[in-house]
Amino acid sequence: MQTIIKNWNWRKFVFEVLVLTGIFMLIQYGISNGLLNSYHQINLSSMCINIMLAVSLSLINGFTGQLSLGHAGFMAVGAYTSVVMTNMLGQPFILGILMACLMAGLAGFIIGVPTLRLKGDYLAIATLGFGEIIRVVLQNIDYVGGPAGILGITQLTTWPWLFAATVLTVVVIVNLINSSYGRAIISVREDEIASELMGINTTYYKVLAFVIGAMFAGLAGAMYAHYFYIIKPGTFNFMKSFDILVMVVLGGLGSTTGAVIAAIFITLLTAALQKWAAIRMILYAFILIVIMIYRPQGLMGNKELTTKTFGRVWGDKK
Amino acid sequence: MLEFMQQIVNGLSLGAIYALIALGYTMVYGIIKLINFAHGDIMMVGAFVGFFSVTMLGVNIFVALLAAMAFCALLGVAIEKVAYKPLRQSTRIAALITAIGVSLFLEYVMVYFFTPNQRVFPAETFSLHNYHIAGLVISNKDMFVFGSAIILMIILQYIIKRTRTGKAMRAVSIDQEAAVLMGISVDKTISITFAIGSALAAAAGVLIGIYYNTINPLMGIIPGLKAFVAAVLGGIGIIPGAMVGGFVMGMLETMVSGYGSSLYRDAVAFGVLILILLIKPSGLFGKNTGEKV
Repeated sequence: MQTIIKNWNWRKFVFEVLVLTGIFMLIQYGISNGLLNSYHQINLSSMCINIMLAVSLSLINGFTGQLSLGHAGFMAVGAYTSVVMTNMLGQPFILGILMACLMAGLAGFIIGVPTLRLKGDYLAIATLGFGEIIRVVLQNIDYVGGPAGILGITQLTTWPWLFAATVLTVVVIVNLINSSYGRAIISVREDEIASELMGINTTYYKVLAFVIGAMFAGLAGAMYAHYFYIIKPGTFNFMKSFDILVMVVLGGLGSTTGAVIAAIFITLLTAALQKWAAIRMILYAFILIVIMIYRPQGLMGNKELTTKTFGRVWGDKK
Repeated sequence: MLEFMQQIVNGLSLGAIYALIALGYTMVYGIIKLINFAHGDIMMVGAFVGFFSVTMLGVNIFVALLAAMAFCALLGVAIEKVAYKPLRQSTRIAALITAIGVSLFLEYVMVYFFTPNQRVFPAETFSLHNYHIAGLVISNKDMFVFGSAIILMIILQYIIKRTRTGKAMRAVSIDQEAAVLMGISVDKTISITFAIGSALAAAAGVLIGIYYNTINPLMGIIPGLKAFVAAVLGGIGIIPGAMVGGFVMGMLETMVSGYGSSLYRDAVAFGVLILILLIKPSGLFGKNTGEKV
């Protein structure tokens, strides 16, 4: 404990807290004064949700190196669980969120234990299959509205909730990656056999990363459901998983800041292209192909943008 | 028992279509280790080419089938040259994302030009006729779909096993570098693989148009995924595996629709896939290869 306190970088911590509080206050001010209209707010919410999804998937795909194509399935589990808790059982939002994380994590565990033995493309297609199975099962449960989904969900997701959830996701995942667990996880990505020889229980770390990633996808799902009033199984199909994967790869596999930047970029791009609805998807696809051909390692590669980087820019030697 | 036999007959034509698409997946995967997500959409383009040949040029269905195959062969080669070739040396996930990009591009270009609406194959393209054989109902539609698929598969098998091109394709898929040393043009071989795979997909597209009678720009997604499942089921990269996988998927799907709930059709398909992957990850026909350090 003593060493932790001694090594605790107070300057960095205070700086980060100040920046985050600043961002939060600024946007809160904008919302309460009507500077940000509902159009801005919707994009802001999608942005936060996309950041949560991208960062949680980057833990699985980028840091653990396990190609998963079923992330939307976990988001669906979270969304449905939270709505069942709040709307149907009348529980408070926080309980809905906790249950959403728990159930999504459980789904991640059930899916992860058998499938994580597979590698590469086989894992990708198995997770895709599981994601689709979650969707089809939801489609067949009448209690949650079947294919039509659930309408008229109370809007409980407010800016403070969204902000807290996004910061929590990023902080937990970044700290996990920087811990000894994180080093084990990255060693699995770099070379599974070698890390096994070093005495790392690779299955344990793969499942751990998968479950944590799924939990935060569930959190994102809960936020999504309580912001957009409506959820239906069709929203969480494999195209949604692709969207998240695109953000992670675009940002650079193995870069959390890359995932955040890509999530913001994709959300803004989608919003900007809204005006040209007819050619929106064509342009989106085109940009995707061009970026992949000219920068296949993603925008950030596996580098991070940290306070240190800013320090360097400002000529801070430390 | 008769009903069961009838389900098998129904499953055969659907299975033949899946097998045709799965062949393209498996060939491309075998040669450049890429899951070509755009494959289902090439099938869709094929269906549209077939549709317009029939409705606008007024040709018969055989000519339409050939036109679609020729067009999509060129399209497949063009896609490979423009989108996949620059990425041959980079990570596989980048290539996968590009394939998704190409898939979205094809889908929405078609939506833009032809609207997302359903189009119905004109009734006179194919006058439906039912034959009763030993108590089973077999339509000429089923026969046409099944027959054309089988003929195409035999031709493919001939090309791969008996021609120089086929030999080159097999060589490149086993060891690309060694193939180069043997004087095989890898680029040309990959292009030919894409051309053949896409042509088969186009044929499947026209056949699926006849089978379901309707086509739309997003029709490629689900059959594409199922065909991919079929390819994995048989052991990806293995050509007979894709054929068997396709037929198994087709049968399974008609069985589930026939005896269970059609709503669970897609879930069952993926469930079987996962079971196969867990029990024998290399697929039904795959060989288990040991891991080398």
